[in-house]
Amino acid sequence: MNLCMNNRDMITVKNIKAILEVVTDPEIPVLTVSDLGIIREIKVNGEEVEIIITPTYTGCPAMDMIAMNIRLTLAEHGYKNGKITTVLSPAWTTDWMSEAGKAKLKTYGIAPPNPKQVVCDTKHFAEQESIQCPHCNSYHTRLISQFGSTACKALYQCNDCREPFDYFKCH
Amino acid sequence: MDKLDRSYKGAACIKSGHAINFINSNPTIDLHKMTPLTNYILHLADNALILAQRNAEWCGHGPVLEQDIAITNISLDLLGQARNLYQYAAKVNGNDATEDSLAYLRSEREYLNCLLVEQPNGDWAQTILRQFFFSVYQALLFEVLQHNRDEQLAAIAAKSLKEVRYHLRWSSEWVIRLGDGTTESHDRMLQAIDMLWPYTGELFMLAEYESTLLKDGISVELPALKVAWTKKINEVWAEATLPVSQNTFMQSGGKNGTHTEYMGYILTDLQYMQRVYPNCDW
Repeated sequence: MNLCMNNRDMITVKNIKAILEVVTDPEIPVLTVSDLGIIREIKVNGEEVEIIITPTYTGCPAMDMIAMNIRLTLAEHGYKNGKITTVLSPAWTTDWMSEAGKAKLKTYGIAPPNPKQVVCDTKHFAEQESIQCPHCNSYHTRLISQFGSTACKALYQCNDCREPFDYFKCH
Repeated sequence: MDKLDRSYKGAACIKSGHAINFINSNPTIDLHKMTPLTNYILHLADNALILAQRNAEWCGHGPVLEQDIAITNISLDLLGQARNLYQYAAKVNGNDATEDSLAYLRSEREYLNCLLVEQPNGDWAQTILRQFFFSVYQALLFEVLQHNRDEQLAAIAAKSLKEVRYHLRWSSEWVIRLGDGTTESHDRMLQAIDMLWPYTGELFMLAEYESTLLKDGISVELPALKVAWTKKINEVWAEATLPVSQNTFMQSGGKNGTHTEYMGYILTDLQYMQRVYPNCDW
């Protein structure tokens, strides 16, 4: 946070944070932008508002819509000239997803990213991290495909309850 | 000598601007004034865009639903890389260029992708092998590029690498599945190797813009990556019971704008909307 920010601006930052709680991921509507860790910084200087965001997956088509929804939400609350700046570095990671967000994902039927950040092992047929079934909590599950219905997900099936499910992969 | 001759001629075209005047159809891009950095970013972007376009041709045609989804996911990742790179190239180039004008409004000779990515999908074996060759290369390249002096290139490489690792693993496993599968799948992999191997040499040849940037520590010493690339290929091929190719003849030219006959058809498809309805948006 900007150190020379005055009190009024700091209150604005707090307000904007609260306002943006309603902006969700259009593909996983239970997650808000703050659950995902997309918003990196909010800068306020009098009337000027700048939101620094970072994309999740490189090709995620939801990002354009998320940026648009942030702008619309700001405008609705009177911040007409909200500026959205996208930064790539440091690269987004599933570690930035909030614990509340992970819990919401599980309730929604998507296995949240494993708490221990594991990057994809490039070695063919290397042992997979074990993923918990979001329906019956069994760890006795198997990978169907590393690629799923959206860029961020892999497809799994539970060997116990037999339900297929999405896993939000570590990134 | 012939292959060297071709690639140098291409370089000369870009450098002098001769012979390409008539094809520069985009008012926002002046090739004569392109810096080595713009050319290099475009080369990286074009690689990603053209392979994304090729992989997207599988949409709705994959051998099984899960793999249809996998190959189109990879396509989407590559398209995301291309967008980040074109946005950066547009910024470096200035002159009102945008990511869209760079992706959609250049002509064939202005694309700087390597020949490998424009090769046709063929059967599943050919698509898999093309992706495997490229992903091994891209993973090695981005490992180095993520520590680059150019901060934006480094950021794009670090971000993309996370996804490229999935592409590499997926394509390695498919090479093994097909190579060490049935007689039919093994034969098809052999045909794919014959078809694609001559396009792998170009990945490690420095174009003039890369040699220039290398002096400033911005591009990557490609010939040095070849050892690690070959090691990985051999490791996976051994597991896949596939023989090492004895063919040493290598094609080149794409990195300097001289493409195979397939490129024009790809662009016809890719650019159709922007050419027929200029500036259309939705």
